[in-house]
This record gives sequence, C-alpha cells and structure tokens, in this order.
Amino acid sequence: MTVNTQVLNDVTAFIWHEADLLDHKGYQEWLQLWNNDGLYIVPAEFTADDNYEDTLNLALDDAGMRRMRVARLEDGESVSANSTGNTVRMISRVRVLEAGDDLVIARCAMTLNEMRHGKLVTYPADVEYQLQPSADGFRLARKVVRLMHADSFLRTVSFIF
Amino acid sequence: MAAKQSQPVMNEESKTMSELIEMQNISLKAAEMVEEGRVHKSLYSDPEIFEEELDKVFNNTWVYVGHESEVPEAGCYKTAWIGRQPVILSRDRKMNLHVLQNRCRHRGATVCEGRKGKTKSFTCPYHGWGYGLDGALRALPKPEEYEGVFDKKDFPLESLRVETYQGLVFATYRDDIESLEEFLGGAKKWIDLFMKQGGGYPLKVLGEHRFNFPGNWKIQLENTTDAYHFPIIHKSFVTSLDDATADIFDFLHGDGFVEDLGNGHSVMVMIPELVDLEEDLDQPIPARFEKLAEELRAEGKPEDEVKKLVRAAHGTGFNLNLFPNVSCSMAFFRVLRPVSVGETEIQHVALGGEGAPAPFNRKRMRLHEHFQGPMGFGTPDDGEAWERVHKGSQAGQDGWILVNRGLNNLHESKDGNVAGAVCSETGMRGAYRQYKKMMAAGEEK
Repeated sequence: MTVNTQVLNDVTAFIWHEADLLDHKGYQEWLQLWNNDGLYIVPAEFTADDNYEDTLNLALDDAGMRRMRVARLEDGESVSANSTGNTVRMISRVRVLEAGDDLVIARCAMTLNEMRHGKLVTYPADVEYQLQPSADGFRLARKVVRLMHADSFLRTVSFIF
Repeated sequence: MAAKQSQPVMNEESKTMSELIEMQNISLKAAEMVEEGRVHKSLYSDPEIFEEELDKVFNNTWVYVGHESEVPEAGCYKTAWIGRQPVILSRDRKMNLHVLQNRCRHRGATVCEGRKGKTKSFTCPYHGWGYGLDGALRALPKPEEYEGVFDKKDFPLESLRVETYQGLVFATYRDDIESLEEFLGGAKKWIDLFMKQGGGYPLKVLGEHRFNFPGNWKIQLENTTDAYHFPIIHKSFVTSLDDATADIFDFLHGDGFVEDLGNGHSVMVMIPELVDLEEDLDQPIPARFEKLAEELRAEGKPEDEVKKLVRAAHGTGFNLNLFPNVSCSMAFFRVLRPVSVGETEIQHVALGGEGAPAPFNRKRMRLHEHFQGPMGFGTPDDGEAWERVHKGSQAGQDGWILVNRGLNNLHESKDGNVAGAVCSETGMRGAYRQYKKMMAAGEEK
C-alpha cells in the first residue's frame, strides 16, 4: 500500500493546530475553524453507531451549543471551568480514511491529560475528523470523540475534548 | 466499633486535646452523629461508618435497580448494584422480573459482565455452569462428579425480593420488611405525576450519562433536595438560557416548597406550574419549543397533542428524592452508588416516551445533554462543589455539617406532611432522619 503523505501531513497539521488551540484555551479561534452546520460530538458509548441525533450523547453541539459551551468556559461564572487548568493532549496514529475533493475523513488516537485538584486524570480516545477543504485550508465539518471512559464512568469535564 | 469502645479508659488529663476529641468521636455511633438540623462531618469520611452503611442501609431497604423499559422483552437483562454487590435485573420467558446476585454458586465468578443486552442464559466463563433467566441452575459440564453431592435445584443464582411501582424496579435482601408501595408511601403521588412527562406515551429510558466524583454518597443524596445552591453554582447554566427559560429557573422567590414524605423520601417543588403536566394545556407554545411544535405538526399530530407533548418535553417542576439511591429529578432519574467512603458513581438516566414521535424524544435528549451528565452545563459545577465539600469537610478534628435551613419556618402541607420553603433543608432532614433510624437498628437500649 502507499500512503498519500501530502494529505496526511495536511490533515495532521490541522489536527495539531486544533489541539494546540484547545490546550491553550484559544476557544474563539477554535470556533472559527468550524462550518456553520458542523457538529462536535462526544458519544455516551464508545461503540455508538453514527445516528447521533436519535441517541443520547455526552455532547452533541451544533454552532449554537458550541458558542454557549465556549461562553461558559470563558465568562468566569462557572466554578468548575475556573478551577480547570490547562490540558495537555497527545495525538498520534493519524490515518486518512477518505480523501475526496469535498470531504476528507481521518481518524486518530488522542490522550488528554488534566490536572484536577492535584490529581492527574487521563482520557484516552479515538477521534474522527470530517474536514472540508477550502481555499484557506480545512474547515471542521464534524469531530467525533469516542472516549474509552464512555463505557465506564467519567469525571466531570469543564474543557473541550 | 464495639472493639474500640472496649478500650481501657485512660486518665483524661494525660492526653492531648486531639486525642480526646478523637476518642469522643469514635465513641459516638453513626446514629448519634445525626441531630435534627446538623450531622457530624465524620459521616462523610469515616470508612468504618461507610462499611456499616452498606450493611445497615443498603442491605436492609428497597434499593432502586432499574426501570422496566430497560428490560422490555423476554431475555433482556441489565446489570446493577446493591451498594457494592453486583446484581442482574432480568426478564424471563414468562415476562417475570428477577434480580439475581451476579455470583456463580460454584466458585463465585460473575456470570454476566455486559451493561445490558439480551440472552438466553447466564453462563459462568470459568467452569461453564449455566443459569436460566430466572436464576435456576440448568446445566454444568461433567455432572457425574456431583452425583450424590448436591442437587442442581438447590444452587440457583441467589435472588432478591423484587417489586415495582410505575415501572420503577426495586429490590431488597429483606423478605420481612414492608411492601415497596408501603415504603414509597407519600412519594407514590409524586411518582404518578412524574410519569406524565411521557406526553401520553409510557415513560422509556433513552440512555444514560455515567460519572463519578471523589466524595461520599450522602453529599449527592443531599444535592437533589437542595434548591438553595441552584442560582449560585449554576449561574453559568442560567446565563446560557434565553430570558423566558432563565425566568423559569429563578424559583427561589416563588411559591415552591420542600415536603418531607416520610421514610427518608421528600419532594422539592421548584416550579409549581409544572407539577401536573396534563393541566394548563391551553397555554401558548413557548418560543424555545416552537421548532419542536412545527416538527410534531409536520408529523400530522393534532394541535391538542402537540401542546401536550410540548408541555411534557419540559419535564416536571420538581425533584422527588427517594431514599437511599434514586431521585426522579425534573426530567431524568438520578441513581447513585456508594463505591467507597470517598467515591460515588452517578447515573443520569434520560427519559422519553415509548412510541412517542421522534422529534419529541430527540428534544428530550438534547435538553438532557444541555444540563446533565459529565459534559452538561450544570453537572460539572455540582461536581466541583461536591468534591470541595468532601475535601473541606476533613478540615479540623471535630465539626458539623448544617442542615438546619428553614427549621423555624415550617408548615403543614395539604397532605399533612412537614413542609418548608423551596430552599429549606427539609428534605435533607427527612433523609437523615431515616438514615439515623436505620443506622440505630440493633442498638436499641
């Protein structure tokens, strides 16, 4: 098999850029990465099928919910958001599943670390990206974060995966 | 605890103050650490008290294990817990419900590890003992070695007593306590009202959120009957709402109340106009539900059913706290499980209507996602507060937790129960009164 390293590099660069924005709380810039009808999804089951609208999710954010989620993290009124420090996420195992002219689908492994009241909490996840190529780079059309903890019990979350 | 009490009495003057206080606390039994209006902070952090609670509370009362809609057909099961003990809720071929200890009678392995599903039998993976949905031991490999040793009929999965009310399934180890309906007592009226949020369809579990927090289970038990915290800790949630909805959640100055329903149960009515979802059906559709109304009309629903479904989509305006482990909380079930003295698991169970229009159930799930669960706009702030209660309550060697809010402003409810203002701690006092009674069992002088 051959891997199209150009697409892989472009996708990986985008995913790393997004990860850096989220770890450093660049939430307004993160909002700008999205298409208007894009969806940020965190399923409540690791193996959930993709009929997300008819399923209970941990998060199913359209543009409005994304804006409100960011506002909650930024406006200083949420005690849990105020006590969340920076997160550190590692991304690897990036694989491009489809590379069309209108849509690129990729999958990667992520481990997010959070220091919560002096204790390290780690969330491994499998993340799927649907990216729309445009003149000024990719736009986020969909991001699905499948947390290993989803099949068990999470701690409460006041950041964005 | 008895062993500690038999320690020789030392000359008090020879001891430091901290030793004295420690001795005094240890000499108190858990039941004595509950007074009307305050509870000792050791109840959150003493591992011996926790062990005692698992036995005296969770092994001696009705414990919620699930909703009938989670096991709708013959062969369906879900796994659950009674305190620290794994159990299976199953439905047999005759549609009877069973709650079985999840422990093979041979060497003790669990026979079911799935969260829920459908099966013909439960087979132990270790030596292949196979049990029916009713727990009967049906078959085991190489049975000849047991000839004359025991009879299969004597070794089923051990079953608990099971009773249901309005689809809520409870189990208990005790065959000699009151029926479930007697135990629920004054709470039944409120369960009936809660079930109306199916919008004319039977209530159905749509999914669940699972999270834990590093703190004692009673911190969560208190929270569901605590309106006082809402506008403070959930300010960021209220800010995220439109003005009309934010007004609905501004209930501390309204006509709400908390009523002690007996047996540790209580109801906290925050939004009186949403107590009975089948009343006031002529009200105009609120703007935030207009899209749902349009979708229901597009499905051919007549206007009276549209209004009924839209009103049901709100959920109820009250939290019904059922001692010790479940709450019918506005629009969802909150189920708690004590894991250790400092760890509690919580499920937020989303509800909709069985056979209800898809847009209705979708709206119910989206509303649930907005506030509930570990990524909602409400729960993470609760979790932060509970974690701090658990941590902060360990400061000092002696101290009390106050549950005396509204103690001087009580009245009698229409049903003849003690009631206080919506932000009173009447419900917590009711729960702790039941806790005290159960923890004192066997210690009567």
